[in-house]
Amino acid sequence: MKIKSNRIFRKLLFCIMACVLISLPLLGLSNFVMRLAVFVWIYILLATSLNFTSGVAGQVSLGHAAFFGIGAYVSALLSLKLELHFLICLALAAAAAGVSGWLVALPAMRLSGGYLAIVTLGFGQIVYIVLLNWIDLTRGPMGLVGIPSPVLFGIEFRKPQSYYYIALFFCVAVLLLFKNYIGSRAGRNLMAIRDDETAAAAMGVDIYKEKVKAFAISSAIAGIAGSLYAHFMLFIDPSKFVGDESTAILSMVVLGGLGSMKGSIAAALVLTALPELLRGFSRYRMLIYGILLVAMMITKAVDWSRYSWYDRMQQWIQRVVQAINRKKGGWKNGAA
Amino acid sequence: MQFFTQQVVSAIALGSVYALTAIGYSMVFGVLELINFSHASVFMVGAFLYYILTNIAALPGLPAFLLSVLITGFLGVAVEKITLRPLRLNNQPKFASLISTIGTSIILQNIMFLLMGSETLPYQTLFPGQSISLGETRISYMQIVIVAVSTMLLVSLSLFIKKSRAGMAMRATAQNYDAAELMGISVDSVISLTFFIGSAIAAISGIFVCMNYQSVDITIGTSFGLKTFAATVLGGIGNLGGAVLGSLIIAFAEVFTAAYINTSIRDLAAFVVLVIVLLVRPNGLLGKPVQKKV
Repeated sequence: MKIKSNRIFRKLLFCIMACVLISLPLLGLSNFVMRLAVFVWIYILLATSLNFTSGVAGQVSLGHAAFFGIGAYVSALLSLKLELHFLICLALAAAAAGVSGWLVALPAMRLSGGYLAIVTLGFGQIVYIVLLNWIDLTRGPMGLVGIPSPVLFGIEFRKPQSYYYIALFFCVAVLLLFKNYIGSRAGRNLMAIRDDETAAAAMGVDIYKEKVKAFAISSAIAGIAGSLYAHFMLFIDPSKFVGDESTAILSMVVLGGLGSMKGSIAAALVLTALPELLRGFSRYRMLIYGILLVAMMITKAVDWSRYSWYDRMQQWIQRVVQAINRKKGGWKNGAA
Repeated sequence: MQFFTQQVVSAIALGSVYALTAIGYSMVFGVLELINFSHASVFMVGAFLYYILTNIAALPGLPAFLLSVLITGFLGVAVEKITLRPLRLNNQPKFASLISTIGTSIILQNIMFLLMGSETLPYQTLFPGQSISLGETRISYMQIVIVAVSTMLLVSLSLFIKKSRAGMAMRATAQNYDAAELMGISVDSVISLTFFIGSAIAAISGIFVCMNYQSVDITIGTSFGLKTFAATVLGGIGNLGGAVLGSLIIAFAEVFTAAYINTSIRDLAAFVVLVIVLLVRPNGLLGKPVQKKV
């Protein structure tokens, strides 16, 4: 009985959330807030896709911004030089990022932990240097200007209020993809690899193939995020795709909890919105990310029960919970 | 020809400072099997400390040098104690430590950024403008000092690790952490010592690099750290001879790319070499394949 009501409650909650998310642009919020909302969707794509390799499969990557950048530049260049349709640009951007992710993964996935981190970091650096120096194609530090807004069904999606729906659509589609992938056999293989590679291999999982596949998918999603970013900002330059950006995305994944998609979504929301809302603190943004990364790791490791104040706090919380329960009982009795 | 030998000289000087930093990575990896991402930032802090002590506190060169090396060494120990030891004592997975070192690196870099700003600052150098000529090749005194001091440090360090009791404890810890502890080695102090030596030498390397380029800014950690790391992996991580060999190869690749192809892609050379080597020999040139323990 209880389970059933819980399910109904969750469905109801889901419907309310869906309604809020769909009607958000119609509420007459300012352009600033709506721009922020679009950025949140883009960062959710980035954080969940990095979480897919780093959290679910346990392969820490430090070059996620590189795939983001590849997606953005491919999409922008295709629409500027060849004047292709937005959806084709987006698909090709995803393909380009996915293929480069695949190419990086081929050698890198033979390496373990730290080596992989350094290769992806190096790859991020290579992409940044190429974007900065291939002036003929990318215009280097001047960036690409005049990227066209997407036009679908004869409507131009230029304002953040309308672009919001494009971002929302792709984000929901990708989240569904991840949900199904993780719930499937392939997803369980990835988690087995994360928990114990040797054991996974002994159970017949092709570790190398699974890891490469996961990395390529994750890069392709980052490419989609890049394409969405480029056609929203209408201007891109290499400084957006530096190593700091990769670290910021990693901070979101770690803050949300490695392996937890819901956590990544929440962390992407918080870490994208907070720096924008606290403009004065933008100097401290990276410092806060660094402290977050270390603090998250240490607080998980430290055995807090060794400290007496922790016990006392827990006892206190328990007492409050008990008091609330007693009160509830009292209400029920009164009603009966 | 004269241009060529000139490049060789600067590549050797660059390679020897790379080797000093690479050793820090290599030693920590040997003992903890961990890639210490904060090493690059420690290197940068070391270089800045010398700047602060000479330019702002107006100390003379030698005491400032020794003091900044010492402080950086203790900074390395503190970094290990605060951000890595709790994880190690609670048997957290390796990538938790990895992320912790990434975080530490960002913290150090941003603290320096908030204190010193992001401008490039002029750096005091020894023997400005003085050099000797060998044939047509000019070798600056600074380059000679760099190569001489680096060689001396590398030799004495490898003797220390081979001959001394502390060095033996270090090798034992690297070989088998638990067995070393059972043999009565204080593993914690061995790790502290490793971090102290690695960070102090990184500070020396940082000061030399900045003296050589006569400038310092907060990004040196990132670019330099990445390249020395590439060097470490290239030579075979955990192997001191490999670190030196890898550093020289990376330095030659970098200097010759800058000289003969294009200066703006000099950083690219190091990574391309790294990726190629990892494709062919994932354990580096002199590294031994690691047997996975179950």
